[in-house]
Amino acid sequence: MNWSIIKLIIEREFFTRVRKKSFVVMTLLAPFLIAALMIFSVWLSVRDNQTQKIIVVDDNYPSFSILKNQPGIQFEVMDITLIQAQTLLHESDFTAVLYLPKNIVASNVGKLFVKSMPSALTQRKIEKQVEGIIEHQKLLINKIDPAVYAKIDTEFNLSPYKIGKPGDEKKVNSDQAYIGFVFGIFIYVFIIMYCSQVMRGVIEEKVNRIVEVIVSSVKPFELMLGKILGIALVGLTQFVLWGLLTLVVFMAAKGLFFQDYYNPETIQQLQMSGDIAKQFQDESLTSVNIYDPNNIINRINFPVMLSLFLFYFIGGYLFYSALFAAVGSIIDNEADTQQFMVPLTLPLLLAYIISASVIKNPDGAMAVWFSIIPFTSPVVMMVRAAVGVGGGGGIPIWQVGLSMLALVIGFIVTTYIAAKIYRTGILMYGKKASFKEVIKWIGYKN
Amino acid sequence: MTKVLELRSVVKAYDNKPILKKISFEVNSGEIFGLLGPNGAGKTTIIRVANHITAPDKGKVILKGRNKARFLSKKIGYLPEERGLYKKMKVTEQVLYLAQLKGLTKEAALKKAKIWFDKLEISTWRDRYIEELSKGMQQKVQFVTTVLHEPELLILDEPFSGFDPVNAELIKKHILELKEAGTSIILSTHNMGSVEELCDRIALVNAGEIILTGPVKELRKQYSEGMYSVVFKGHTAVFSNTLWTGGEIVSIIERDEFTEAIVKMSGRISIKDIIRAIIEKVEVVSFNEILPTMNDIFIKLIKK
Repeated sequence: MNWSIIKLIIEREFFTRVRKKSFVVMTLLAPFLIAALMIFSVWLSVRDNQTQKIIVVDDNYPSFSILKNQPGIQFEVMDITLIQAQTLLHESDFTAVLYLPKNIVASNVGKLFVKSMPSALTQRKIEKQVEGIIEHQKLLINKIDPAVYAKIDTEFNLSPYKIGKPGDEKKVNSDQAYIGFVFGIFIYVFIIMYCSQVMRGVIEEKVNRIVEVIVSSVKPFELMLGKILGIALVGLTQFVLWGLLTLVVFMAAKGLFFQDYYNPETIQQLQMSGDIAKQFQDESLTSVNIYDPNNIINRINFPVMLSLFLFYFIGGYLFYSALFAAVGSIIDNEADTQQFMVPLTLPLLLAYIISASVIKNPDGAMAVWFSIIPFTSPVVMMVRAAVGVGGGGGIPIWQVGLSMLALVIGFIVTTYIAAKIYRTGILMYGKKASFKEVIKWIGYKN
Repeated sequence: MTKVLELRSVVKAYDNKPILKKISFEVNSGEIFGLLGPNGAGKTTIIRVANHITAPDKGKVILKGRNKARFLSKKIGYLPEERGLYKKMKVTEQVLYLAQLKGLTKEAALKKAKIWFDKLEISTWRDRYIEELSKGMQQKVQFVTTVLHEPELLILDEPFSGFDPVNAELIKKHILELKEAGTSIILSTHNMGSVEELCDRIALVNAGEIILTGPVKELRKQYSEGMYSVVFKGHTAVFSNTLWTGGEIVSIIERDEFTEAIVKMSGRISIKDIIRAIIEKVEVVSFNEILPTMNDIFIKLIKK
């Protein structure tokens, strides 16, 4: 293999792509989109854009007259029928009708008629208040002292610990797998994105017929490898730029839009309210506190996750890119890609689907196997690794090691097979090759 | 003369269908070797084998005396029939890239590129993207990429297609210059005019076999059908009688000053005797043998 030649090819692949307008636009725009999405979701969870003015129709009037106004929620308890209330809602600036039927203490069900959906947080606040009042009534009916009840009301929590040697125990945090799933999705998307670029590059060279000139001075394998590595570099460059830009944009936007939530006083208040909430076993009412060491985000080992992400992205990309290159070499136009691409994207799709169930059971047999098989490991292993690697609580290190080894061996094998298909495919024009013929190409001498 | 390229009994099959059946020929230094044949005869495969893009199933490809000399492929310049360049690259970038793949340094390639850009009148286009160029202009760029690294063997597949007559002439001129400088050239074309004009020797390929090979002049002689053009002053009837059994007039055109007759000689009387006899009866202005064109030979052999 001639590395100076491969270096030339890598350079060409890299620079012609990086200077394309679409690359620049995508690289600059994506962080804004991601940041906007993040900010939007944070914004949605922390504030309703409008104060909810709610007509309360209480069939047990005036049992619920004690509903208290809260920031963003105003209750108006009225002694009218539901129909009347709905008409009123229609004609006034009220935003919702809360209907509390006669049998509410038995059924525990009420109805909320809205003009537009309030946030989940607002709904939860309403539920909490109504719940409190119903509970209070039940206590009265059953002649239980509320003070006594407060003492005996219990919420039991089970914390799973994984134990290595006796005493060496670690808390299992399977909820972290959700974060791993996000990493997995990124890997899934990026593998398909950059592998498609490899395929399109191969098709372009074939359609252009320049491939014939190139392979008269370069071995087909060198050309394929150069292309794959060049595009990998494009991907890594894009990651680094995205990472930096997203951080900058997010920080800037955070400062602009959420100043309140990040100044020390507010943080203190939030933490206090968090403490109070905890006393009442009412965690769900507080918004996610990013300063809490028990917060899911803070429990993730980011250096390990990012290293694994890099490895599995590169490994997964290399594993699949050679196969995509082979597919590109078989066809002469992009319209025919589907037929050959399906068998390639299927395992990736499978990995994605499996990941969804791996979240619930990161230690299950399915999770273990699919995180080792190279076809699915780049996505599935990310989900599992988020729980932690090594130690009592994490997944065993040997499984990660085996998975990495399998991926490296896998990529050598796919590249070897793909190269054989590629070198024959790039010179075939006209008729569309069948699977059978392609298999035959693997055996061709040259 | 030294052999630059030699194919010995090259056999190649795809899917058990024979494409090349024992192809043998050689190309000497400083000659233009025409590779002719109808579509699908196997020319492209021969070129790919010669180029070391595909390996033969059997037989040998010897480049500069060495078998399996893939590393020597840097000594080859290849202009494929279906032209293609990277559309998103600038002219100079493209030329430098391909030259570097052939082993030239960037600096050397740049120097040579400038010379060739001037020769082919494309200097003003060198910073343009390939996709902005006209087809003819792209062809010129492709020609530059083929010859820039000063290959010892040039393989040109239909080098004139896509050029207007002026530019075709320009390319022809440079091909001949390269030949003068000692470059061996394989010219694959359907343009028989350029074969007669440029090629020293040819091989005619049909259905994976070489059915005719040799120097162009000799082949034309070999396929001569004894046709002559005789221009004379005098009576047509006298001329005809004088010919007698020596030949048969195929066509005759009488002009004011002289008459031109196309005669197919019978071979029973020697040309010398016929000339002698005619000269006595009519005033002969010219007497020329009409050799078959390569086109005639091509059609005749392929139709067989």
